[in-house]
This record gives sequence, structure tokens and C-alpha cells, in this order.
Amino acid sequence: MEDLLLKLRGIVVEVNEVFEKVKKLFVDELGIEEDKVTMEAKLEEDLDIDSLGIVEVVMAFEDEFEIEIDDEELTDVGTVGQAVNLLHSKL
Amino acid sequence: MSKRRVVITGLGTINPLGNNVTDTWDKLIKGESGIDTITSFETNELPVSFAGEVKNFDANEYMGKQQARKLDKSSQLSIFATEEALKDANLNTDERLGPNVGIVFGTGIGGIGSTEQAVRTFDERGASRINPLAITQLMPNSSTGQVAIQYGIEGPSLTITTACAASANAVGEAKNMIQNGIVDMVVVGGTESGTTPMTIGAFAQIRALSTNNENPKEACKPFDKDRDGFVMGEGSTVLIMESEESALKRGVDIYGYVAGYGATTDAYHITAPAEGGKGAVLAMQNAIKDADLSTEDIDYINAHGTSTPANDKNETAAIKTVFGPKAYEINISSTKSMTGHLLGGGGAFESMVSVLAIQKSIIPPTINLNNPDEECDLKYTPNAAIEKVIKVAMSNSFGFGGHNGVLVFKKD
Repeated sequence: MEDLLLKLRGIVVEVNEVFEKVKKLFVDELGIEEDKVTMEAKLEEDLDIDSLGIVEVVMAFEDEFEIEIDDEELTDVGTVGQAVNLLHSKL
Repeated sequence: MSKRRVVITGLGTINPLGNNVTDTWDKLIKGESGIDTITSFETNELPVSFAGEVKNFDANEYMGKQQARKLDKSSQLSIFATEEALKDANLNTDERLGPNVGIVFGTGIGGIGSTEQAVRTFDERGASRINPLAITQLMPNSSTGQVAIQYGIEGPSLTITTACAASANAVGEAKNMIQNGIVDMVVVGGTESGTTPMTIGAFAQIRALSTNNENPKEACKPFDKDRDGFVMGEGSTVLIMESEESALKRGVDIYGYVAGYGATTDAYHITAPAEGGKGAVLAMQNAIKDADLSTEDIDYINAHGTSTPANDKNETAAIKTVFGPKAYEINISSTKSMTGHLLGGGGAFESMVSVLAIQKSIIPPTINLNNPDEECDLKYTPNAAIEKVIKVAMSNSFGFGGHNGVLVFKKD
């Protein structure tokens, strides 16, 4: 039981790290206001990231995390949290 | 049926002299130069190290970083100038302008800086790293689209790319749109931010630019014997044009009337003007005729006056052909001596200068004109502005490609 808790805590820490990195990218690279970047924030409605912006976001993620993201993987990504989870799963 | 009359009711500008109409005009009539050593990039490898750059403009501060980074600088400047022009015309910039308003912008080389950046990224990092915004930044119609989006302009839109005649043609085509009843109002602009290491290098290769690196402010000397080429400039100027009826109904002040437009093509050489300025002659004659005026009526000519040996000589010859002996009496000036050559933004800027000259009864000077050239022997208003009542002004713009756009503006 304790092992499981420790493991869960570890995942939470990792997710938080990914979120902080994502947040920094959104603020520094895309010029989005820091306060707006929350796990719940919707990319299009809340952060004003349109279809062209998504391509930029993906490029920024790929560079930052040294991964590759296929277009199909983005189908279900509509919020910052979903993006963070996708990135976390690929690390 | 008489043609609808077209008026100018709003002006906005950002250019090497100033970031609004008032500051710009003050400097124009004082004869100040906006040309200086280039600060936005390293010029060590280039034969020319100066230009007319826009100063004190921070796009991130003006429109927010998220929006600014989506736009090429030429479009950032277009939005900045449009905002001033719309407010000046007493229009609400928070409301969409709708389908009865058109937009016509002129530019020479569009988002060339963004093009260069994308090519650099492609070469260094491959296709998958190209900025996804590159296409929408570099396309020449980017300013037209971005300004339309910003202010909800839903009527017809055109982007004109006749090089240095582009925004003179824009003013002319907008006049036709209004005159023909297609729309009641057109947001007309000229924009250019094409001063990059590559363009400086390329223009220098065809010996088009002045190389007076030691004295940037004195480098642009239209009609002077020692002139040695034009000086690159950047900026955007926007005019709100509408039918006289629309302006009267809205109860706004009128700067002046866009009375005549003449457009011709040299069909002679891709850079050199036709000998004696044949295409320019016909464009001036057509513009005067379109305004239902005669050569006797023209009080002031804002010349194309680029400061290249070929332009100034041929433009002078063309003016003599059009006006005969009266050519020696007309006040002429080239404000490019102060701004540099705004390329596709020049026609709109010089249209603004022409209507302000009419409104304020002042002719801005041609600065740096100290040694007259025997082939350029007209009244070019050297070095100091003069006061004079101007009822009719003409503005000349000629572009690489052989494009000639001439406009006639009237006081009433």
C-alpha cells in the first residue's frame, strides 16, 4: 500500500513538472498570460490558440521534450491538462 | 449621371519620421530626416548601412505578445496606422465595419522578413521546423487580411503589388470603388517593412541605393547633382476614403477630395523608366483629365523623387512634357528626402502629405538639395517649407515593373 502511494506521489510530481514546463512554453514562446495557463484551460476558447497555433505548440513540445507527436495523438487534446497527460505518457 | 465624389476623412501613419500624423507633419515641414544608421540588424557585411527605420515601436507592448508574434512587422505597422486613421475619421474601432466598407492595401514585397526567416529555418533545421505561421506572415495580402479581421471589414478587398506605385494604385482603385457605388467607404493603406540584410544587399547589387554611409541624413538628395540612389524606408500609412455623401451624413471633417487617378505602364524595362518618362506623362495627363481639370489648375506636385539618377531626370522631363512652360512655376517637392523610399507604402504616405499640404497651405521641402542638376531645373522647394494656398495637388508614384500611378487631390 505504501509503495503504491509513493508511486502515485511520484507520478503527481512528474505531472506537475511537465505542467510547469508546458506553462513556461506557453508564456515564453507563445506570449500567453501566465494566469490563464491552468490544467483546466481550454486551448482554443481560453488561450486563443487556433489551428495554426496548435502546430506551433506541438513543435515547441517536440523541441522541449525531445519527442515526436503524431497528428492523430492530438485528436483528444482540448485542454492544457490533456496535453500535459499526453506528454507525460510519452516521456 | 454625375460621378460620386470621394473624400478623405481619416489619416494614420507610422513611418521613419513619426508614429502619428501630427508628429510626422511637424517634422516634414521642419525638414527633418528620419534616415539613420540601421539599428535592427548587423550591417558589417553590407555595402549600405543606413535606412529609414520606424522608431520607438514595440509590437509586444502595443498588441500583446500573443498577437504580435503572429504578424509580420509590415502587418503590425498596418494595424497601428489603421487604428489612428479610423479614430481620426470618428469611427468606432470596437465595432465591426461590415460589408459596406472595403479595404485596399498596397505593398511592394509583403512579409519579406518572414520569408527570409522561414528559409533560414528550413536550411538549418529542415521542413518540420518551419514556423507554421510563415505562410500567413509572408503573403503580400497579409496586411489586408489582418486589418480586415481586426476591424471587421467585410466588403471587397484587394492587395496591390505594383512595387513603389502600389499604394498610389490602392488609393486610385479605392476611389473607383467608391465612385462606382460598390461601397461607401474604403480603408486604404500602403505598408512596407522590407529593410532586411538580403533586400539591402539585393537593391545594392543593382546600384539602386545610395552608399553615403558616412552621412545617412544627407544621403537622400532628390534632384541634386550628387544624388546616388534611393534610401530604403519602412512604414505604413492609412487613409479612410468615403463618398462625400457618407462623410456629410456622418458629419465628419473632410481633409480633401480624391479627384483624379491615372494609371499606366511603361512596358519598356523592368527597372529603368522609359526615356523622357513616357508612361509617367500619360499617367499625369490621365489623372488631370479624370479630375476634370487642366494643367493650369495644379498648384503642387509631390514628386516620386527617389534620388536615383534615372528617376529624377526622367520625372523632371515628364513634368515638362505635361505642363510645358508652366512646369517652371509649379511648386514641387520630394518628401522621400526625409522618409527614404517607403516602397509600396510610398503612395499612401505621399497622398497623406498632399492632402495635408492642401489643408494647411504649406509645402514641405525637398531636403539635401544643394547642388542643382542642369537636367533637374524646376522649383523643387529646396531645404525649407513654403507657405502657399494649394487648391489642387498631384502625387506621382512610379514602380519597378514600369507601373505609374498618379493621383490628383482637391481642396473642395
